[in-house]
Amino acid sequence: MSPIRPAVEALAIPVGALAMAMVVFGAFMAMLGHDPLEVYALIWKGGFASGFSWQNTLSRAAPLILTAICVALPAQAGLMVIGGEGALVLGGLAAAIAGHALAGAPPLGVKAAMLISGMLAGGLWIAASGALRQYRGVNETISSLLLTYIAIALFNHFVEGPLRDPASLNKPSTAPIGAADMISNFPGLHVHWGLGFGILYCIAMYVLIRHTTWGFALRIVGGNVRAARLAGLPVGALVLAACSLGGAAAGLAGAVEVAAVHGNANASLMAGYGYAGILVSFIARQNPIAIVPVAILLGGISASGSMLQRRLDLPDATVLVLQGIAFLLILASEALYGRFRVFRSAGAT
Amino acid sequence: MSELGWWGVPIAVLGGAIRVSTPFLFVSLGECITERSGRINLGLEGILVMGAMTGYGVSYASGNPWIGVIAAGIAGLLLGLLHGLICNLPRVNDIAVGIGLMLFGTGFAFFLGKPYVQPIAPNLPAIAFGGWSDSPQIQAALQVNPLFLIGTALAFSIAWALRNTRWGLVLRMVGDSSDAARAMGYRVNTVRTLATAAGGFLAGIGGSFLSLYYPGSWNEGLSSGQGLIAVALVIFARWNPTQCFYAALLFGGAGSLGPALQSVGITSGYYLYNAAPYVLTLVIMIATCSPRRTLTGAPGELSINR
Repeated sequence: MSPIRPAVEALAIPVGALAMAMVVFGAFMAMLGHDPLEVYALIWKGGFASGFSWQNTLSRAAPLILTAICVALPAQAGLMVIGGEGALVLGGLAAAIAGHALAGAPPLGVKAAMLISGMLAGGLWIAASGALRQYRGVNETISSLLLTYIAIALFNHFVEGPLRDPASLNKPSTAPIGAADMISNFPGLHVHWGLGFGILYCIAMYVLIRHTTWGFALRIVGGNVRAARLAGLPVGALVLAACSLGGAAAGLAGAVEVAAVHGNANASLMAGYGYAGILVSFIARQNPIAIVPVAILLGGISASGSMLQRRLDLPDATVLVLQGIAFLLILASEALYGRFRVFRSAGAT
Repeated sequence: MSELGWWGVPIAVLGGAIRVSTPFLFVSLGECITERSGRINLGLEGILVMGAMTGYGVSYASGNPWIGVIAAGIAGLLLGLLHGLICNLPRVNDIAVGIGLMLFGTGFAFFLGKPYVQPIAPNLPAIAFGGWSDSPQIQAALQVNPLFLIGTALAFSIAWALRNTRWGLVLRMVGDSSDAARAMGYRVNTVRTLATAAGGFLAGIGGSFLSLYYPGSWNEGLSSGQGLIAVALVIFARWNPTQCFYAALLFGGAGSLGPALQSVGITSGYYLYNAAPYVLTLVIMIATCSPRRTLTGAPGELSINR
């Protein structure tokens, strides 16, 4: 049986659903009196038409890639974790704290410490959700989202209280980590190294899931927990590891936002990357490699939000509407798999 | 600070429980109906926000907050219907659709609600039960909104209807064993779609309470996960509408702890007290769930248990 046809199906159905979402969204825009073609032209212009817009797009894609991994990796083990936003926020906070504690040390060491502490914070946060599911039977979807609200409360408590920089008057922030310890851009570009971290993380996870025994065991757990137990697989350890690795990715996203973009921890961290990452992961059908192009696409759409606002006077939530329609249609398209004769192999009818 | 001193805290918590619990009550009753039919709708958070926006916008346009409440319910009904219809498709996961609906509902509400952030819409009236007391705190605590009373009556009548009517029986049968329902000639998907739509209707009304009574205005930070807490609350209440009522009161009390302590001068951990409802939800879920058995009272077809 040739593996090509299922691969074509796995590509054609999401692309078709996205095209359908564009038609529905275009009809919605037309109903409100905007020319859909003009809206899409502006999205293209704001996201992908020039070197400047590409840099903006790629900078937004970096955290999306990492938060999408936070959904995709636990999903391999059959868990639906949607708390990436909380892991991202705490990862950013941990990175800011580490940056301060080590101020004055060699910059390379400080940078590494910030990224590692961000990953640790995020990893532990999502692992808690996985542990609750595994050992207490608490639904991980709900617990991870509750943990997000708790993480945001902790973040606000520290940023507006004990860790607040007295110099930040209007916008409470932690003290800046200092230019020397910031993570730089790719040489000659306005795109920070976070994009590189994201792509490397994706490739590593793809190899881990598809080409190692460990990844195979993880996918068995996701497919059928009882079969995995009967085969003697360490189900709990596998689930916890998948959650930790996923949470570490989201924590890394927060650490990068602090160490490369904002320079301190403040409320700008809560830009909704954690929630958009869920959509990215679902469009990519939880495939780590597919996450990269999907994140770039969504990053471009969200980068064009301000252009839509300026030119057509549309609210900044316009992009959210398009994302929401796309999400629902992508989920509905699950029903189409295996329905088209074209994609079936000759032998299996 | 007044002559009540520290007594102000429990009184403010009680008043807050009555005030804050209403959206919890409506959303959890809606989710209760949906889950008893064997489906879970995580998108009630999105429906809540959509209901808040619709209620506010229609109240502003019509001048009558009660028309706003009805419109919010209808908006919720339509979104619930959307969830139900998508979930009728084969191989579609109801939890994932709920996440999608959560993002879609909030995005759509923010989009359509942009013009309503500034204007002031007529709010719902309150009934004062505290006239007997001279203390302003007690009077404030006993300002009860009619929606709270409607919700209370609904909780007990839904509990009665689930037990004693044909509709209630069909709903429970579909939720406990779709095979049995099919054998009896009922259409499982139709019943579930209607149950999800009814749940959406109630959640939409819960949302209108947020924008039309307390806090009483529309903005994008209006809901902070009430729709989601309500889903967890249904589990805590063991899918029983009467217990949903008590659970909603408890959560309302937890939610008003922060502002109550602030009113007597404790402000240091304000943001941490704000997390109280989430921590409480999590602790209760940890205490009541178990990996080895399904929960008592849980509908047999619910995907959360499998």
